[in-house]
Amino acid sequence: MLKRVHFPSSLLPYLLVAPQIIITLVFFMWPASQAIYQSFLIEDAFGLSTEFVWFENFEYLWNDKHYHAAFIRTGFFSLAVAFLSMSVALILAAYADRVIKGAMTYRTLLIWPYAVAPVLAGALWLFMFNPTIGIFPYLLKYIGYDWNHYLNGNQAMGLIIMAAAWKQVAYNFLFYLAAMQSIPKSIIEAAAIDGAGPMKRFWTLILPLVSPTTFFLLVINAVYAFFDTFGIVHAITQGGPAGSTTILVYKVFNDGFIGLDLGGSAAQSVILMILVIAMTAVQFGYFEKKVEY
Amino acid sequence: MIEKRPLLTVLTHIFLILGVLMVALPIWITFVGSTHEAERMLQKPIPMWPGDQFLNNFNSTFFGAGSHGDSAPVWRMMLNSLVVALMIAGGKIAISIISAFAIVYFKFPFRMGFFWMIFITLMLPVEVRILPTFEVVANLGMIDSYWGLTIPLIASATATFMFRQVFLTIPDEMLESARIDGAGPMRFFWDILLPLSRTNIAAMFVILFIYGWNQYLWPLLITTDSDMTTIVMSIKQMLESAEQTPEWNIIMMTALLAMIPPIFVVVAMQKLFVQGLTETDK
Repeated sequence: MLKRVHFPSSLLPYLLVAPQIIITLVFFMWPASQAIYQSFLIEDAFGLSTEFVWFENFEYLWNDKHYHAAFIRTGFFSLAVAFLSMSVALILAAYADRVIKGAMTYRTLLIWPYAVAPVLAGALWLFMFNPTIGIFPYLLKYIGYDWNHYLNGNQAMGLIIMAAAWKQVAYNFLFYLAAMQSIPKSIIEAAAIDGAGPMKRFWTLILPLVSPTTFFLLVINAVYAFFDTFGIVHAITQGGPAGSTTILVYKVFNDGFIGLDLGGSAAQSVILMILVIAMTAVQFGYFEKKVEY
Repeated sequence: MIEKRPLLTVLTHIFLILGVLMVALPIWITFVGSTHEAERMLQKPIPMWPGDQFLNNFNSTFFGAGSHGDSAPVWRMMLNSLVVALMIAGGKIAISIISAFAIVYFKFPFRMGFFWMIFITLMLPVEVRILPTFEVVANLGMIDSYWGLTIPLIASATATFMFRQVFLTIPDEMLESARIDGAGPMRFFWDILLPLSRTNIAAMFVILFIYGWNQYLWPLLITTDSDMTTIVMSIKQMLESAEQTPEWNIIMMTALLAMIPPIFVVVAMQKLFVQGLTETDK
């Protein structure tokens, strides 16, 4: 951690860490502690009086069936986004790994959705699936399927899953391709000499060998779906219809800024913080292990 | 490729091309949408081939005053986005590199305490502390300013970690010989550490530029003045007004202009981008 050879203590190192530490204290530590403090308060509707109520906000959430539903919905949403984007990325990476010439061209063509902001991704998918003029509802009508995500909650959920997964395919593809390209060719060749075809090699060799990457991506994608998809939901559904796409991050924003339930929103923030800490711990635990071999 | 299977090779390319088309379709539709007249974009089915109104739409979007004449022209929003993205990327790199330098090259009381404090910011994404952070910024009078848009976002645990990692791989002999030659800490930093971590800085910059350009929730809360809106957040306002009078050609042109700079950065600096991605997530 520290260099064997280093400079002696003086005022300088404090000056060097000062900007980062001051910003951390003012914009991270203080707001986070305020969130924890506010989660113990109930404010009346006019903001005139506040009451310290210990864990009442949490108790309320614990018994709130809307919050339970949002929790389960967020879990489903993250798993669906992770599964969809990772499996598409895995298949594309397996194919790109096969081609000798052009793998990098395909990489260039596949990575740029990463650069599209979530809210823009939401706007594009909203346009494509717009019930009145969108191209997909128009095509779906031919096979007799009626698309209107403004009315149908399952379709709305499907749409935000597709938009979120589309944006994340690029990222997953990059990591899978790198993982596959680092597998020693001799292993694959040995299997081929023993008579294993491409499909068999994929299932019995490549897939197990990239499993550390799969686990890493699972965590990253879960974090992405939990926290970075606010823009997609805000652009496409605003949590509707009838709350069917209200994921946890959106609910914090909605209850706090629109509903002005400060205590309840703060309590939800605290629960989210605990979730992030757990996810970060899993991520780091995994890297500690990976470093060893 | 291990064995010769021409049929499989053809299939491989077909699948990859299908994959590329699938990924590119939303962008293509956006581009096509930005090249037609507003009326054409209201008829079913919407066109799949570009029209001839690209320059007209570009002019009215880039220099016009929004679909209802009440928002800032898009060039102003793009300028705001650029300033914000550069300030976030530059600021994060600057404060992270000096704190990593202090933590790796100095022995001083509370060194590890500072390190853990920076580490914890990783666990506090802006989404989980929006209300109290908003209050702090409001109390400091930073609403509707570039400072308010950037400073609360520029503490960075990941960048600090990455620079720490880079510094740890630099041989100790560098510092020893620099000290024998009589260089002080800042001289060592400017003349040896900075040049040695040049590619890492560039890679980090690519990732952070995109991060800054694509910020959405924070600018949405912190700006009320239309002169301070960023282009990414303007899309949402346009979508809202689209429910009464949809001008999809203008919306799609704005969306296109909003994503060209970050896409350009990713594609043009692909090597640095990939390096930055794989480094920051370690």
